[in-house]
Amino acid sequence: MANVMHDGQIAITPRQLQDMELQKSWARMYAWPAIRKFIVTKPLGTIGGVIILAMALTALFADALAPYDPYEITQSLQFKAPSVQNWLGTDEFGRDMLTRLIYGARIALFIGLVAAFVGSTAGAFLGVLSAYMGGKVDLIMQRVMDVMLAFPLLILALAIVSVLGRSVPNVVLAIAIPIIPRTTRIVRSSALSVKENMFVEAARAVGSQHLRVMARHILPNVMAPYLIMLTAQLGNAILVEASLSFLGLGTAEPTPSWGLMLSGSAASYAEKAPWVAIFPGLAITLAVFGFNLFGDSLRDALDPKLRHRT
Amino acid sequence: MWQYIVKRMLLMIPTLIGAALVVFLLMQVVPGDVALLILGSDQGGDVNLAELDRLRANLGLDRPLYEQFFSWLWGIARFDFGTSLWSGAPVIEELWIRLPLTLEVALFATIISTLIAIPLGTLAAIRQDTWIDYLVRVVSIGGLGIPAFWTGILIILFLVIYFEWSPPLVFVPLWEDPWENFKQLIWPIVTVGYRNAAVAMRMTRSTVLEVMREDYVRTAWAKGLHERMVVIKHTLKNSMLPVVTIIGAEFAFLMGGLVVTETVFTLNGLGSFVVDAILHRDIPVIQTLILLTAFVIVFANLIVDLVYAWLDPRISYR
Repeated sequence: MANVMHDGQIAITPRQLQDMELQKSWARMYAWPAIRKFIVTKPLGTIGGVIILAMALTALFADALAPYDPYEITQSLQFKAPSVQNWLGTDEFGRDMLTRLIYGARIALFIGLVAAFVGSTAGAFLGVLSAYMGGKVDLIMQRVMDVMLAFPLLILALAIVSVLGRSVPNVVLAIAIPIIPRTTRIVRSSALSVKENMFVEAARAVGSQHLRVMARHILPNVMAPYLIMLTAQLGNAILVEASLSFLGLGTAEPTPSWGLMLSGSAASYAEKAPWVAIFPGLAITLAVFGFNLFGDSLRDALDPKLRHRT
Repeated sequence: MWQYIVKRMLLMIPTLIGAALVVFLLMQVVPGDVALLILGSDQGGDVNLAELDRLRANLGLDRPLYEQFFSWLWGIARFDFGTSLWSGAPVIEELWIRLPLTLEVALFATIISTLIAIPLGTLAAIRQDTWIDYLVRVVSIGGLGIPAFWTGILIILFLVIYFEWSPPLVFVPLWEDPWENFKQLIWPIVTVGYRNAAVAMRMTRSTVLEVMREDYVRTAWAKGLHERMVVIKHTLKNSMLPVVTIIGAEFAFLMGGLVVTETVFTLNGLGSFVVDAILHRDIPVIQTLILLTAFVIVFANLIVDLVYAWLDPRISYR
């Protein structure tokens, strides 16, 4: 802990100084070269990364970036074409499209990130458990996963929303659950080979508990497939959220969700106000595209063998 | 081969029963029960308790859960899916009305996208790094990111502005007026098929590129064979395995695509039926349709496996 001295300055102990030096050298030795290599060898992945970064910054600083209030309804401004005041025009309630798209990045990223994280993480734990336990546990778990894989992502998400009802946590859950079997399968197969390593046997031999072996020795070694699945599913999660909202079964009005902006009347107004139908779709496409490009390149960089399986 | 088919089909049974169990248990999570839904208690109406008990007994909701499950399963085996809570008609009748449209869109989307994807993917591979390759890659990358409902909206936008198109009011079946039917369904088919075409194109391109580097292809060239011969006989046949797998796997995506596409084009098919059923909380219909999707996927996987075994003689049929 840093000690606050009486004159308000923060004193740093020699130990902390050493830690900081270590961290700096770690960044200099591993992180930066890895990033630089990624940028040089994976230009498409870098484009994806830039799109994701731009989206994250937009979501983070939405309040500062958005020119108007995303919820304010002004009937007199209904369906204004793109202009200097409203760069991307206004919607049927006279709300500024650009503002709503900027806030929409928040919704898409939040739901996508949480759902993909929850789904992939739960899937990774189950995959490690299934591989490590083996035998009957593995058999039963894999049959359950097979059954879950028989349902398409969007259809299973629809079914879950239909029983839980629509709200943001339920939508997150509905997107996360179908991701579980997909991650479990990939992580399990990696964990199966990790399990055969000497160090696992050694850990058991010195008396480590099963839980400790899984957490300390297997889990860190399946991080690559886990990260690959996480990024691969992020694009999917954003797409499913947009589809659910588009169908009127995801987030509800007046939430500025990209899918919701295209739902219901957008198609029927298309002739009168094409910008209402064009820009939200462009935003979804760009986001999914960014995550797919980045995910593909990350997979190639971390584990090219997974190419045909994710 | 026959032994393999029978074994593969027997293996499907536990998965199908498992899928039925998942759907059944999922629907048990619904707050309250179907009887309450029918009596409209979720709209805040007062419920007559005697009536509720009678209805529950009628629907068999007072029986133990496992009994309910098996009687439901037995019903499915006899194509008795219950009655729609919304329309009051048997679910099977409602399905029957909508099935031809969805089946037609799904089938044609798969066929047309495959017919387009394989030649274009191959062409992109054998003309690597030319304009045609770049075009194919851009088109296919687009297909992966663009949500089906947006493609649909853009197509409608284009049709409305340039052709003063309006959505059809009544669906004309294929056997009544093929031309009218084609005009009605071509755009939904394109919308649903775009993603499939994109995925199959990418896969064809990359596997053809891989196979082109094999020794036997070099030998074929060295023998002085014509390009067409090398590509069709030596390369294409050997690159089709992963493509078949991916087309089968994409069937699952197709189902999701159908749901949104039918909604965009206001088509009265099974996809939009799911959405309507969910909006009306029509449990028997939701249950049946979700289960039906799982069945279709399991059968699609079976077909992929069989085609695989047929294409690749190295796979043993045991």
